Amino acid sequence: MNTPMVAFRGVHKSFGSFEALRGVSLDVMPGEVMCLIGASGSGKTTLLRSVNQLHPIDAGGIWLDGELLGLREEGGRLHRLSEAEIARQRSGTGMVFQRFNLFPHMTALGNVVEGPLRVQRRPKAEVRDEAMALLERVGLGDKAGSYPVALSGGQQQRVAIARALAMRPKLMLFDEPTSALDPELVGEVLAVMRELAASGMTMMVVTHELGFAREVADRVIYMDRGAIVEAGTPAEVLGTPQEERTRAFLSKVL
Amino acid sequence: MTARGGVTPGFPDLGGLAVARRPFWGRWIAAAAVLTALGLILKAFAEGQIEWSYVARFLTAPTILSGIVNTVVMAVLAMALGTVLGIVVALMRLSQNPVLVACAAGYTWLFRGTPLILQLLLWFNIALIFPTIGLPGIWSAPAVEVMTPFVSALLGLGLNQGAYTSEVIRAGIISVDEGQHDAARAIGMGRLTALRRVVLPQAMKVVLPPLGNEFISMIKTTSLASVIQFPEVLHSAQNIYYANSRVIELLIVAGFWYLAVVSVLTPVQMLLERHFSRGSGRTR
Repeated sequence: MNTPMVAFRGVHKSFGSFEALRGVSLDVMPGEVMCLIGASGSGKTTLLRSVNQLHPIDAGGIWLDGELLGLREEGGRLHRLSEAEIARQRSGTGMVFQRFNLFPHMTALGNVVEGPLRVQRRPKAEVRDEAMALLERVGLGDKAGSYPVALSGGQQQRVAIARALAMRPKLMLFDEPTSALDPELVGEVLAVMRELAASGMTMMVVTHELGFAREVADRVIYMDRGAIVEAGTPAEVLGTPQEERTRAFLSKVL
Repeated sequence: MTARGGVTPGFPDLGGLAVARRPFWGRWIAAAAVLTALGLILKAFAEGQIEWSYVARFLTAPTILSGIVNTVVMAVLAMALGTVLGIVVALMRLSQNPVLVACAAGYTWLFRGTPLILQLLLWFNIALIFPTIGLPGIWSAPAVEVMTPFVSALLGLGLNQGAYTSEVIRAGIISVDEGQHDAARAIGMGRLTALRRVVLPQAMKVVLPPLGNEFISMIKTTSLASVIQFPEVLHSAQNIYYANSRVIELLIVAGFWYLAVVSVLTPVQMLLERHFSRGSGRTR
């Protein structure tokens, strides 16, 4: 039996009185592409951000490649990890945001080399070559010197994917990567993600693109009110949903 | 009704016609009025009791030149101290640590709440409270020797400036999008690296125009240090006119130099702003 790339066990998270996650347990296997669907406020983005510890969870545990995230067990008690240890754990996952969040004062290439150079402190020449190769891979080799403001939304998001990949992550997290794009630009980003999935990358994708989920996902998770309602292959969850809530959601978005 | 994409006939083709220029009467009248007023003012000054030869002579007098150098050096050092303090205090103010937040707020309250000239006088006369100052057991010296006009002016101007600059920098940091913090953390950056590489460079775009404004203001505020005998340009001018009674001539000399320095700084500020607006799409 393989160890899961990500294991969630009883994960709880509240924002004030709002319970965003109510005890989520889930495994993401190595090489698996998992799509998370659900209405806004269902907890899917919170679940994604908790893997990257962009906010700490209140209860439960998350293991990335066997390593407990954010906490350390010692003497029968749990201790919070230091900021530096959390930063190191974060660098093992790549994250792509809905609003791209490229660094506007750096060129496309500058964005991609920033993490490997400043965080991982790898040699400059190697990082540069790898970054150029990544920009080529997402089809933007000729835009290396462009600032984000000069790029379309689709191009910015592809640079953001290259930036995340430059950290050589074990896992890629996508938080509604195409929701802020004009419809004609969605395809180019999905094409890059499709290629990435085919290359064997483990991916968790929060998305409203059910077509992409159906075609690329190994598993689809439908979440509602902070809990997993239904999980299965795309054909099962999107084709023959067993739960009433899943059917209601799908009838609204299809 | 016209067909799809067709247009209704009856509208003339304007393609061959040039647009005639409207005469700008208002501009001509305004220019004439301003020139007349300027002429009258110049005439008044030329006929007034000003010995222009004194202005020309003292414009490059060694005392005046060393005064303006002192003014610029003091402004640069006080601004540097103020900016470093400002960044530190802004970060304290934005931190999660309630003790640091309170310290930062207290500092801003104290130094913004009292007149600068009073603070300068206090620093200069601090020997009256503490005859000797220093670190217990390591180093100490008589306060009169340490608190020279230069040191008192630097402390007074710098600490006061820090209180104002901290608010400017805090505004700049707050203006940086929350997503930028997320993105920096997501690639494993620690808090300090994120601040240095991602947040501050973007905050600079917002911070620079008011900071340049403060610096230009600082050039002139150094003149307050004349009350504690710091030999900046106004103090030099005063020393000369106490001796020769050419008050207006020497004030004109000092005024000329302030204007000259500020005129040089304005384009420098423009260049800096252009540098930090890289990638904003508003580079002009």
